[in-house]
Amino acid sequence: MKKHLLTLVLICCSNNLYSMEWSGNLSVQSRLFFDEPLAVNSQQHDQYLSVAARPELYHSWDDDTQSITFTPFVRLDQHDKERSHTDIHELAWQRVFDHWELKIGISKVYWGVTESQHLVDVINQTDLVENTDGEDKLGQPMIRASTEQDWGLLDVYLLPFFRERSFAGIEGRPRAYPVVDTDLVQYESSDEERHIDYALRWLQAFDELELALSYFNGTSREPLLTPTIYNGSTVLLPYYPLMTQYGLAAQATLGNWLWKLETIHRQWLNENYNATTTGFEYTLVGLMESSADLGIITEYLYDNREQQASSFLENDIMVGLRLALNDAQSTEALLGFIVDLDTDETIISLEASRRLGDNWKLELELRSFHHLDNNSLLSSLKQDDMLQIDLACYF
Amino acid sequence: MLKKLKILTLLFLAILTLPVQATTTAESRGLEISRKADSKDTGFKDSTAHLTMELKNKQGQTSLRHLRVKSLEVEADGDKSLSIFDKPADVKGTAFLTFSHSKEADEQWLYLPALKRVKRISSKNKSGPFMGSEFAYEDIASQELDKYTYKYIRDETINGIDCFVIERYPSYENSGYTRQQVWVNKQEYRPEKIVFYDRKDSLLKTLNYSNYKQYEGQFWRADKMHMENHQTGKSTLLSWFDYKFKTGLSDSDFNRSSLKRAK
Repeated sequence: MKKHLLTLVLICCSNNLYSMEWSGNLSVQSRLFFDEPLAVNSQQHDQYLSVAARPELYHSWDDDTQSITFTPFVRLDQHDKERSHTDIHELAWQRVFDHWELKIGISKVYWGVTESQHLVDVINQTDLVENTDGEDKLGQPMIRASTEQDWGLLDVYLLPFFRERSFAGIEGRPRAYPVVDTDLVQYESSDEERHIDYALRWLQAFDELELALSYFNGTSREPLLTPTIYNGSTVLLPYYPLMTQYGLAAQATLGNWLWKLETIHRQWLNENYNATTTGFEYTLVGLMESSADLGIITEYLYDNREQQASSFLENDIMVGLRLALNDAQSTEALLGFIVDLDTDETIISLEASRRLGDNWKLELELRSFHHLDNNSLLSSLKQDDMLQIDLACYF
Repeated sequence: MLKKLKILTLLFLAILTLPVQATTTAESRGLEISRKADSKDTGFKDSTAHLTMELKNKQGQTSLRHLRVKSLEVEADGDKSLSIFDKPADVKGTAFLTFSHSKEADEQWLYLPALKRVKRISSKNKSGPFMGSEFAYEDIASQELDKYTYKYIRDETINGIDCFVIERYPSYENSGYTRQQVWVNKQEYRPEKIVFYDRKDSLLKTLNYSNYKQYEGQFWRADKMHMENHQTGKSTLLSWFDYKFKTGLSDSDFNRSSLKRAK
């Protein structure tokens, strides 16, 4: 399939070069760490410099009812061999009919509504080396049929190939202790990464309420990490079990209030569990007579496996502030605190961005970890308070 | 006796309604002018156009946005519109879907291509700036007759054009204005100028329309719309081009799926 698409792209390139649209960005990024690495004699560093490119080629024909999008991605990191990686975020052909559309190829989709985590969003694999917040995703091979009718929007997915999660290498930072060895990957399915997954999602709006029900059957995007001795040293082995997941996402837009809910029921590894993220965002529009908006975010994160959860977000509160200046430079900032109600573990995160001139954008991210317990899933991040500065040029 | 009483009552009623009658006249005249302007623009079915927005700050520095706008006329309700950003490059592919309503609050969705995310926008932000410009969301939404109450003020000639000056008062919630003064061209029933007063009734902005062109032998569209903010010294110039009418757009070009695939 990939080959055919590539051929198609090449044909388009040769025939219709004039109607191809190029866009994308080039960026340079610096990551600075304030503390010594966790392990003595660790191969980690205090500063990381990297460059990335994400060009996008778009071509449409037949009155825009058919299109091809190609978005490769590459990052080269100064130290971390695993963070130096390439991906195809998108290489897909799309055909639009009257009330339905078909997409074949590699693509990304987003299913979530909440701010702190996206429990229901399980189609794309997380590109963890790109960002530890889990917001960056890898392209997923798929066949997707969608129809939008009076009774709602229905998506049906066939996912023929699995993507492994990316993990930082031995020199990478932040990373797990011990390091995750992706070469040792194991699957529950004997088809391994060729297991065919499928998914369904139905979305409908009822006035101010938007509701989405989803179903996923296939290999979990979330691996379990097991310590293993390999070549005389301890490493973490990623294991991807099969799972069935039912998801509900809802958002109610009531004036200044946005009420959000994501809840899942997952069956895997002979266990069933439920997890929920719910909360609100209240926006002060036109803060102090200015054109700026300030959003106040509160979310509660719960997982009924509690301390046994594979996620560290099992009984946590997230509070945050979102500032949007609504100025010509689109200046925005998001400050968030996630606090574990049982252990007091705290993650502080600040993300800010601003356009410089017409083609440049400066992004800043600050992450800081507090009260991390030695037995915690997060304990390897103890020394990894980080400032990330990203300067991108868009074309 | 009965007759006398009737006459007296009538007389009494007439006296009572006299001042009311006078204001109703100014109001009904204002409404009448607005209704005529509205009906003159009815029947365009759908349109597509390109748009550049030039944002200028107090120091005179400028930045440019490029958009494409698709609109669909909806009978007996507000129009639907889809705006797609081409520039600045970092927001390319960002798209706004608006369902304007004449009586209820407008519905708006924003698509962020980098995150593949569709966000429902609260109708509370009506007075907020559209993409950092001097145009508020409520300025770019379709101007339905039922969104305001009206009052005729006077006749005035501006730039050699005979105009009715009417005042309109937003009847929807969360407007950033107490009132707007609209200069309506007497001949063509199109707006030539709008002056906006903020919530404290202070002069806020002036919008000037120029380079009008007529399409399909009926619909007037201004190629240039210049909005000046008197309180901040900033301004925004909208330049429209490549207008096309009756292109065959339908409801399915203005839904969640079309928002996500907008390029």
